[in-house]
Amino acid sequence: MNGFGITSTAIDLQVFRQQLLDISCGACVQFEGWVRDHNEGQRVLRLEYEVYEPLAVKEGNRIIREAIGKYGVINACAIHRSGLMELSEVAVVVGVASPHRGEAFDACRYIIDQAKVRLPIWKKEYYEGGRAEWVNCQRCAHSA
Amino acid sequence: MTGKKLKCTGWGVDPMKIKVSYFAAFREAAGTGSEILETAASTPAELFSECAALHPALQNYSSSLVAINDEMSAWEATLGEHDEVLFFPPVAGG
Repeated sequence: MNGFGITSTAIDLQVFRQQLLDISCGACVQFEGWVRDHNEGQRVLRLEYEVYEPLAVKEGNRIIREAIGKYGVINACAIHRSGLMELSEVAVVVGVASPHRGEAFDACRYIIDQAKVRLPIWKKEYYEGGRAEWVNCQRCAHSA
Repeated sequence: MTGKKLKCTGWGVDPMKIKVSYFAAFREAAGTGSEILETAASTPAELFSECAALHPALQNYSSSLVAINDEMSAWEATLGEHDEVLFFPPVAGG
């Protein structure tokens, strides 16, 4: 199964993995983006994602189709969270299944890299001391 | 939503009504999620300049994505009457 989705509740990774299974596939690559406790020297307590869902889903599915067309993988899926999230929660998951591992790694990398720069999703970080800021993450496309 | 009038940017151009939506940092900078503007701007780039004049806090942002009627758009696309223009601050998914 292929596709991109947004959810405001915890991502069920077992269910997600099931969607990727295909008897023609010998490789599955899965990327998880987690909520970490720091960013640029500041201690992060939690995150909030704002998503403009109509366009995020449309553009996310476009990225998935591009990855399948470009790398010839069999299945590709991704889910992104919206709303408030606590440390260590899974903010995004990308999964790709293909006959061999090379194209699965490449397609998975393509999907997460494109998602970071093309989807209308914004992250607000809540810091120690009560301050909160929207993150300008154009630079984040090049880090984790 | 309010119907605010913006200055005309060209001779002989009839102002048109356009709905503008702001997200995340833009919404906080503009103090509203959406508004209807009467404008002679012919492109999203011109319209954003007018919005930044109306809401000076938007001037802190120079680059972002833009969509028209729920399709990603170029900054130099042509605007039409009753278009909905979505201004996106720098995105930060993942």
